[in-house]
Amino acid sequence: MTVMVAPVLRVEAQNGCAVVQLSGALLTAYLAEIEGVFAQTSPTEKHVQIDLTALSAFDTGGAWLVAQLRRRLQQGGAEVQIAGAVDHLALLETVTTATPEETPHELPEHGRLQWVANIGRNLVFGWQDALSLVSFLGQTLVGLADIFVRPHKVRWASLVTHMQDVGFNAVPIIALMGFLIGVVLGFQGASQLQQFGAEVFVVELIGISVLRELGILLTAIIVAGRSGSAFTASVGSMKVQQEIDAMQTLGLDPVRVLVVPRVLGLLIMLPLLGFVANLFGLFGGALMSWVSLDVNPGMFITRLHDNIAVKHLLVGMVKAPFFALVIGVVACWQAFQVQGSSTSVGRRTTSSVVQGIFLVIALDALFSIFFAQLGV
Amino acid sequence: MSDTPQRDAIIKVRGLRNQFGPQVVHDKLDLDVWRGEVLGIVGGSGTGKSVLLRTIVGLNKPAAGTIEVLGTNVLTAPEEERRKVETRWGVAFQDGALFSSLTVLQNVMAPMREHLKLSPTLMKELGALKISLVGLPQLACDKLPSELSGGMRKRAALARALALDPQIVFLDEPTAGLDPVGAAAYDDLIGELQRSLGITVFMVTHDLDSLYAICDRIAVLAEKRVLVEGPIETMTDVDHPWVQEYFTGPRARAAQVKGTGNGTGGT
Repeated sequence: MTVMVAPVLRVEAQNGCAVVQLSGALLTAYLAEIEGVFAQTSPTEKHVQIDLTALSAFDTGGAWLVAQLRRRLQQGGAEVQIAGAVDHLALLETVTTATPEETPHELPEHGRLQWVANIGRNLVFGWQDALSLVSFLGQTLVGLADIFVRPHKVRWASLVTHMQDVGFNAVPIIALMGFLIGVVLGFQGASQLQQFGAEVFVVELIGISVLRELGILLTAIIVAGRSGSAFTASVGSMKVQQEIDAMQTLGLDPVRVLVVPRVLGLLIMLPLLGFVANLFGLFGGALMSWVSLDVNPGMFITRLHDNIAVKHLLVGMVKAPFFALVIGVVACWQAFQVQGSSTSVGRRTTSSVVQGIFLVIALDALFSIFFAQLGV
Repeated sequence: MSDTPQRDAIIKVRGLRNQFGPQVVHDKLDLDVWRGEVLGIVGGSGTGKSVLLRTIVGLNKPAAGTIEVLGTNVLTAPEEERRKVETRWGVAFQDGALFSSLTVLQNVMAPMREHLKLSPTLMKELGALKISLVGLPQLACDKLPSELSGGMRKRAALARALALDPQIVFLDEPTAGLDPVGAAAYDDLIGELQRSLGITVFMVTHDLDSLYAICDRIAVLAEKRVLVEGPIETMTDVDHPWVQEYFTGPRARAAQVKGTGNGTGGT
């Protein structure tokens, strides 16, 4: 291997002809240093000879530089000759013919106009997304309705697998979450209610907030993070692998094959998970009330019986299927939006979780208003 | 060209042994790649052609043996020296293995950004030059790999492999999945680049047309080692059932007729 010497450029004038003498290793690695020298080389003579014979190494980067120099000198009206070893000249020719006329320029991304254009574009895209999501919801509902009309069409293996993934496997985390929520509510309630000597109302506090709101809402949020992301990732990678295209060519409806079992699994399991969360929330609250407020479990249960109407549980539970539908449809819709590469799967998975959680909370707020108006 | 007396081995593999569990892929494998040649590696399925390529470029650690690339023992050399050798070879994987979140131009610029201290404009110009060298239109610069056809992806991968002006280019199945016209064009491109840039090409291939059109020498992998090596004309004389079948079958005869047209492509 030859020792690399930084390239040198010298200009000599010989009776009306300028000779650009290059020596050393004219390689891409030295390009940054020598580029300025090349840019300043502009002999005034009409005849210029570029001499490559003394170069010890030459690569496409170097050849590009020489080609640029030649082009610039020729545009200035000079006659340019190149001397050098055969393979150096061949390389120079290859590079000269390959050099694109115009360097690629990326679209300007700044400027006020661009900013306005971006707002407009995002609005249009947002509206199109909303439409597409609603139409997807419709397709899913039709698929679900079809199953109720023709129950023999249920894909049992797939449904049961998803029920296990979404529901059964989530029981430990949901139970722990519910328990901790109960404990936190009990503890916070205790420290506040003690100030008024109203310790015993902790039962109402825990009962209503867990049964009506927190049990179901937090379960839905965990499921959106846990199963929503899994749905998008798995169906999304199927999209990348063209499995969904394959399904369509085989006459299988991807919505019925992939989406319906997942959404149905969620519809069945989310209420059950919410119920588990409720039970453990009450258990955690009762435990905390006993420890910190001396409200013993017997008293807790009696007060729960007497003062918390069943409607609170029902108000909570009735929301569960809606949350399930939102989570499942958003996750699968995001998966169907995956395009091209696996990067897109990652991006879509993130948006699936964010949108799923956001929509669940927004829906919960709507339900609150709805029930308040009904006076339930 | 392979018979010139002062030929100089740019890659030297000695006593290579590769093993996955109880399965021995290579055993006592020796191979030399001469500077400036196009070497084609052929062999049946499962003879470890790609494993050999991956082992030479350091993606697979062999059980035994030495590998010398450009005079450096890549298995034992310290990290820094190995990095230096790595900048002097380029690898084009079978499906391109382009970074999916970057445009083609950014893909080509990625190694430059890492190893060269160049201004962004200069890098862009050089990147565009490499893209045009492999025969892609300038429109392709701002495209994402997912927006390219299979053949264009292979060319883009070659452009990235050429980004640092390597002395050796490794190609894994360069023409697999291309239509015959596209494959022939790709062969021509490799032959042309090899001549004008003076690179050494190490290619794993199944394509008899490529073997006839551009390979100076062929190494046949069989029985866990390089069974024979030499110019393609000598292959028909080898007395081994697989080699016989491969080089004298109907497809080989067809390729031979085509291949003699554009010659064996020396410098």
